[in-house]
Amino acid sequence: MPVYRSTPIAPSEITGAALYARRRDFIKAAGLGAIAGALGVRAGLAAAEQERGKRIEGIVKSSFSLDPLNEKATPFDKITGYNNFYEFGPDKDSPLKHAHRLRTRPWTVLVEGEVKRPLTFSVEDILKWALPEERVYRMRCVEGWSMVVPWVGFPLNELIKRAEITGNAKFVEFWSLADPEQMPYVRTPFLDWPYTEALRLDEAMHPLTILAAGLYGEVLPNQNGAPLRLVVPWKYGFKGAKSIVKIRFVARQPQTVWTKAGPDEYGFYSNVNPDVDHPRWSQATERRLGEFFKRKTLPFNGYAGQVAQLYAGMDLRKFF
Amino acid sequence: MKTASGRAFNPAFSPTPNQLAAVKTALFAVALIPLASLAYGGFNDGLGANPIEFVTRQTGTWTFNFLLITLTVTPLRALSGQHWLLRLRRMLGLFCFFYAALHFTTYLWLDQFFDIDAIARDIVKRPFITVGFAAFSLLLPLAATSSNRAIRRLGGKRWQALHRSVYLTGILAAAHYFWLVKATALIYPLIYAGLLAILLGWRAKKRIASYGPFPEKAGASLRPIRFFRSRP
Repeated sequence: MPVYRSTPIAPSEITGAALYARRRDFIKAAGLGAIAGALGVRAGLAAAEQERGKRIEGIVKSSFSLDPLNEKATPFDKITGYNNFYEFGPDKDSPLKHAHRLRTRPWTVLVEGEVKRPLTFSVEDILKWALPEERVYRMRCVEGWSMVVPWVGFPLNELIKRAEITGNAKFVEFWSLADPEQMPYVRTPFLDWPYTEALRLDEAMHPLTILAAGLYGEVLPNQNGAPLRLVVPWKYGFKGAKSIVKIRFVARQPQTVWTKAGPDEYGFYSNVNPDVDHPRWSQATERRLGEFFKRKTLPFNGYAGQVAQLYAGMDLRKFF
Repeated sequence: MKTASGRAFNPAFSPTPNQLAAVKTALFAVALIPLASLAYGGFNDGLGANPIEFVTRQTGTWTFNFLLITLTVTPLRALSGQHWLLRLRRMLGLFCFFYAALHFTTYLWLDQFFDIDAIARDIVKRPFITVGFAAFSLLLPLAATSSNRAIRRLGGKRWQALHRSVYLTGILAAAHYFWLVKATALIYPLIYAGLLAILLGWRAKKRIASYGPFPEKAGASLRPIRFFRSRP
């Protein structure tokens, strides 16, 4: 079998990743689009760029996915063009505009806290642990809209199995990247950066909880939280931390970025619940993107059968 | 050139009736651009992934924009001496009402689908809806008394007193905006509230200045304060 090799590129010719990520700003600022474009093509071998839009091989179906006959997946351009990712700006279209600055390779995830020893995994290693599964889940935003996303990922418990946690570990904390070079809006004081989220250990172990690395069969677009994000389909979307760089096991229930920002508005659990209103709006209905009429919101976002027992005996109004 | 009063002569521009009509027509057309762009987006799939939210936001934003523009007329006129600007104020105020009505209709029709129960609950329970509804309600009498006939019937003084309620509407609109956004988007209501504060602050400063100076010398305060011009 012939082996094809591309012409080698001298290290001096390779644009630094930091400069490369800012290339669009550079083009805008200097107005040298054509020249920069030509340089960009030559330098376009950056590993992060190679990942963009790549098909993920060997995806297996999952019985946890929604039935496409009942609920159709939201179109790709809506899932990737309507995002809350405040590190990249305050508007729904800001992430699409600015997330190209994110460098998703090289990327490592530090696992620490209540573990025998802290471990650092590269994202390439993590993606080899389990077969990529397609999980078509509902995604309900706390703001009152929803979509259906065909995620590609694997159960978070695959990571927890490898983390060698101690008996003290009761909660898992997820830390997102907060690099002002790549994420311009972490310079604004509107959230207490870095973005952190957390789950109870049994929630994190639940087979519905996944780390997603793709959607629609492709490598996860940056604006959706590349290279690795949390997806917990029975909770409001903001619980799903994006672009995770650190996972910490802790003994006590940690503060999360949104409970710090509004303790009466965003609870630790934040399970989707049509009967518990947000203080400023009702959660009884939702607008599925692409639909004209509002839908009724389902308890636990329609996953009550799988997860309600995790909260047996708890007052869901108190632990909202 | 100086006038008799010693102030710099200001050759105030005063448009002829034809010129004024042309300016008003142009302004009318420009003020309809936001609506036209929404309509264009609606027919060309240009309203984003959540069109109803987009329309609600755009109509709300343009209501506030026209409110601020309307409140700018008086300071601008005072600072520039271009008194004819006053003749555009009614149209600007009515456009504020027009976009407010579209905003409210979007909420009633597209967002809540005339679910009167849900709307009533919203108005009572959600502070940002309560305040927004109050702001819209305050605009209704102003729109209703915008004609020359209404001004004559009310009398200038009372008409002006009624229309000063627009300052309260501005404050309610700012509160509505603050209450509805998340912490991460606070920058927008902060900008609007800042502009409103400048426009209202200018009026407050002028009002305070018109009260005249306080007596400065100690001797002046020893004299009894005169309540009445003559003995009652």
